[in-house]
Amino acid sequence: MTRTLVVVGHGMVGHRLVEALRERDEAGAWRITVLAEENRPAYDRVALSSYLDGKSAEDLSLTSHELLDDPLVDLRLGTAVTGVDPAARTVSTSDGLVLSYDALVLATGSRPFVPPVPGHDLDGCFVYRTIEDLDAIRDAAKESRPGVVIGGGLLGLEAANALRLLGMQAHVVEMAPRLMPLQVDEGGGQVLGRLVEDLGLVVHCGAATQSINGEGAVRSVTLADGTVIETDLVVFSAGVRPRDELAELAGLARGERGGFLVDERCRTSQEHIWAIGECAAVDGRCYGLVAPGYSMAEGVAEQLLELGEGTFPGADLSTKLKLLGVDVASFGDAHGQTDGALEVVYANNAAGTYAKLVLSDDARVLLGGVLVGDASAYSVLRPLVGRELPAPPEQLLLPAGSGVDTGALPADATVCSCNNVTKQDITTAITEHGLTDVPGIKACTRAGTSCGSCVPMLKNLLGECGVSTSKALCEHFPQSRAELFEIVQATGIGSFSELIGRYGSGRGCDICKPAVASILASLGHGHILDGEQAALQDTNDRYLANMQRNGTYSVVPRVPGGEITPDKLIVLGEVAKEFGLYTKITGGQRIDLFGARVEQLPAIWRRLVDAGFESGHAYGKALRTVKSCVGNDWCRYGVQDSVSMAIRLELRYRGLRAPHKIKAGVSGCARECAEARGKDFGVIATDKGWNLYVGGNGGFTPRHAELLAADLDDEQLIRLIDRFLMFYVRTADRLQRTAAWIEAMEGGLDHLREVIVEDSLGIAEELEAAMQRHVDSYRDEWAGVLGDPAKLARFVSFVNAPEAPDPTISFVQERGQIRPGPVSLPMPTVGVQEVHA
Amino acid sequence: MNWEQICEFDLLQPEYGVPALVGEHAVALFRTRDDELFAVSNIDPFFGAGVISRGIVGDRAGEPTVASPLLKQVFSLRTGKCLDDPGARLPTYRVRRRDNVVEVAVP
Ligand code: SRM
Ligand SMILES: Cc1cc2nc3c(=O)[nH]c(=O)nc-3n(C[C@H](O)[C@H](O)[C@H](O)COP(=O)(O)OP(=O)(O)OC[C@H]3O[C@@H](n4cnc5c(N)ncnc54)[C@H](O)[C@@H]3O)c2cc1C
Ligand code: SF4
Ligand code: FES
Repeated sequence: MTRTLVVVGHGMVGHRLVEALRERDEAGAWRITVLAEENRPAYDRVALSSYLDGKSAEDLSLTSHELLDDPLVDLRLGTAVTGVDPAARTVSTSDGLVLSYDALVLATGSRPFVPPVPGHDLDGCFVYRTIEDLDAIRDAAKESRPGVVIGGGLLGLEAANALRLLGMQAHVVEMAPRLMPLQVDEGGGQVLGRLVEDLGLVVHCGAATQSINGEGAVRSVTLADGTVIETDLVVFSAGVRPRDELAELAGLARGERGGFLVDERCRTSQEHIWAIGECAAVDGRCYGLVAPGYSMAEGVAEQLLELGEGTFPGADLSTKLKLLGVDVASFGDAHGQTDGALEVVYANNAAGTYAKLVLSDDARVLLGGVLVGDASAYSVLRPLVGRELPAPPEQLLLPAGSGVDTGALPADATVCSCNNVTKQDITTAITEHGLTDVPGIKACTRAGTSCGSCVPMLKNLLGECGVSTSKALCEHFPQSRAELFEIVQATGIGSFSELIGRYGSGRGCDICKPAVASILASLGHGHILDGEQAALQDTNDRYLANMQRNGTYSVVPRVPGGEITPDKLIVLGEVAKEFGLYTKITGGQRIDLFGARVEQLPAIWRRLVDAGFESGHAYGKALRTVKSCVGNDWCRYGVQDSVSMAIRLELRYRGLRAPHKIKAGVSGCARECAEARGKDFGVIATDKGWNLYVGGNGGFTPRHAELLAADLDDEQLIRLIDRFLMFYVRTADRLQRTAAWIEAMEGGLDHLREVIVEDSLGIAEELEAAMQRHVDSYRDEWAGVLGDPAKLARFVSFVNAPEAPDPTISFVQERGQIRPGPVSLPMPTVGVQEVHA
Repeated sequence: MNWEQICEFDLLQPEYGVPALVGEHAVALFRTRDDELFAVSNIDPFFGAGVISRGIVGDRAGEPTVASPLLKQVFSLRTGKCLDDPGARLPTYRVRRRDNVVEVAVP
């Protein structure tokens, strides 16, 4: 007999219950009706803020199509439960229906608490809980105007960041003397406050809100100390209260501080009724995090299917977050409340980092801790709580991987606390299911699918289980690109055939040949079309131009920084006219001439080189452009000369061959008109000099570059970029742009900063010297072709008819210029010939 | 069988294709590292553009190949078969070396 489960609320926890039950109820014992007050199926509330940072409601959805189509699940959106009759085992809904149940699970979550200060209900006051709340805030936000967030806890800071993303000037008002009082201690709170203020937030700690003023709509906020903040937008983020309105109606007991009172198996005081998630007061205590809610959901699913006791195991309230780009983590007994607990504190005011470990009275067992500014040690430390320290405390605070590795963790340590997955669960899954990568572990164990902070450990565990992900470049070379780079550098091998003969096998292919060509070029082995090297070059490098869909080429001369004289502009126009080329301004601040036939390229370039142009390397995995804004020469906001700097950088790094293309930008002030943060390296002027950002790109997965170093003078800037680029050239994988390279790097941006800025590997001098060699040996590649008859001889349409135009190329006219004509696929009409001897 | 003289053998560099006009056919000629000669159609069957001679020569598990420079599909130089897309194939041509001259058979 199929029984009916009614779930009230389709939030994160209600949804997990439905999933867990459907996953394990193979016999179809339960039919599930979900009554959901919100108008959309469950979504990821934890990631709610990303809705203002580019994610869509669709992206946040947790609900799969399979679930929506599941005949045993009836999801009714926009339907609130208004009454419960435990005697009759029915619920009544806002649309007047009465439904009976065999089991009822309340998963109604919480509501934001709005303190009853005068004016709290004026127009312009918001809370921060649902997608609709965020839509309303977005509609009301006004750029550059102040916005006030009341509450400086975790959610308050997220809300403040949201206002910042909306272009507002965010104020945070917190009653306690520091931010995030629940998670961090005094010292951590201070560091956090400073870091947050550096980002432009105004923080008012130890400040009570006296009133919100205005007629009909908010005009200002008055604090208890008399401060008045002019604003027309207020967000309340002063904590949450469980949604237990149904308690009276159903005759359910409440916890002391609200919430449906349940036992350790989530059973309410009425038979057949459970409560889970934020609305449940387990033994009187409510949990405001999703992980405890998930384990309650799993436990109730277990009970419904009679698979076990389903006892709530208690919760790990550890958190790690990145708030406004600042890492904050707290775990275990973060406030040192255990008797006799010792505290070890490491604070680095210059770097803006703070770390505290709480140890047992004999300093041997880790009880908890707080990390601010750099929380990379979190993933290793958290599972060690309650266990003997495997290494001295200061070593444990080094970035993950360098202090202790996962090998030091006992098998029953929880690696993923969001989903309650132990080290053993993961290693078993790896070996039993033959998993080879992190996505495999995620699918199999759920570890790593929520906050993601355990992912570095998942990687380590793969290694521990003997899974090595193949780094082989292709079937011809077992080495990675970085290893081949080292081999070529150390041995001085100067040709592909020697390299593959000694270190590889076979003849090579379109993967390893261009990769080796790039390594040879980075190490300065002459012109890329010299001798055997010509046969290694990829599509575009082979003719130093970009191949188009009809086999013609485009020509992009370098225009450093986008600055060009009228005379040079005229030459470009003349050349385009003379050779009948299509012209277009590129996205990289220069001009592209399309439709050149192979045999025309030398003549076109002869004209361009004579007029003072040189190759723009639009064809190469090399430096492309350094985009600039007009800067302080002309712009009334500019604080530095961005054009001169862009030109200087473009001329310095032109011709540098790399694992992938490199783009750069220089902006003359923080308005960022050059979009420098969308580039592999971006330079933004400050009053004091330049900020250097690294690891940005547009394209398929856009990424903003992150700050590497601030307020540099010209020479410091160039030195750091020299090191950064050379380090990239030497160690990145084939076709790996800087963002992916940094992401894959152990220790990430922090490690990169140590290597580049602090010279932790002691290689800075050598990297600079290598760059200087590149700069000194730079020659224009096109001039190199024009001066060499052997190279020129390759620019022919046919070897036996050098002047005969390729009959497959045709053009039509559009908007006064050419474009490729339609292709009739002129396949030769012969049948396929037999193989010759 | 009508053999057409194309060019001197020494003009072909190992692993570096050249385009040739054989009758009306655009042909891509290749000399491999061990001096074997291959001729296939120069026309990329996916785009209809005459570019195959500009592709990178190599091997897949020993089979000599060329990769189209446009979208990088790999073709066997022996059979013309596309190893990435069984639906596509390059016509092949007979090619030989007579003294120092490379000749292709006009079909
Ligand atoms: C011509 C141009 C489009 C235009 O008309 O504006 C262009 C055209 C091509 N882009 Fe682009 N990209 C052009 C600016 C951009 C930009 C904008 C920019 O540079 O500010 C981007 C996004 C920024 C970025 O790269 O981070 C861009 C992202 C890409 C990508 C994606 C890269 C990524 O990391 O995801 C590719 C594919 C790739 O490189 O693998 C690509 C590849 C290509 C290639 C080279 C594809 C190819 O191999 O044939 C196109 C032919 C170039 C040519 O000249 O025939 N193009 N491409 C632009 C040349 C800029 C220049 O002056 O050199
Ligand atoms: C911005 C933000 C950031 C957060 N960040 C984190 C974080 O980093 N880590 C973390 O662990 N937690 C975080 N949380 C908390 C986390 O989202 C909650 O713990 C989790 O959503 C609780 O799930 P729930 O199902 O109990 O409640 P909810 O997700 O709130 O779901 C309850 C649902 O029940 C519905 N409902 C209520 N009453 C009724 C009724 N009578 N009839 C029908 N439906 C009803 C509600 O409309 C709601 O849709 C964050 C929360 C927010 C708002
Ligand atoms: S970035 Fe600043 S200096 Fe450059 S153009 Fe824009 S506003 Fe002017
Ligand atoms: S710890 Fe959050 S996903 Fe694993």
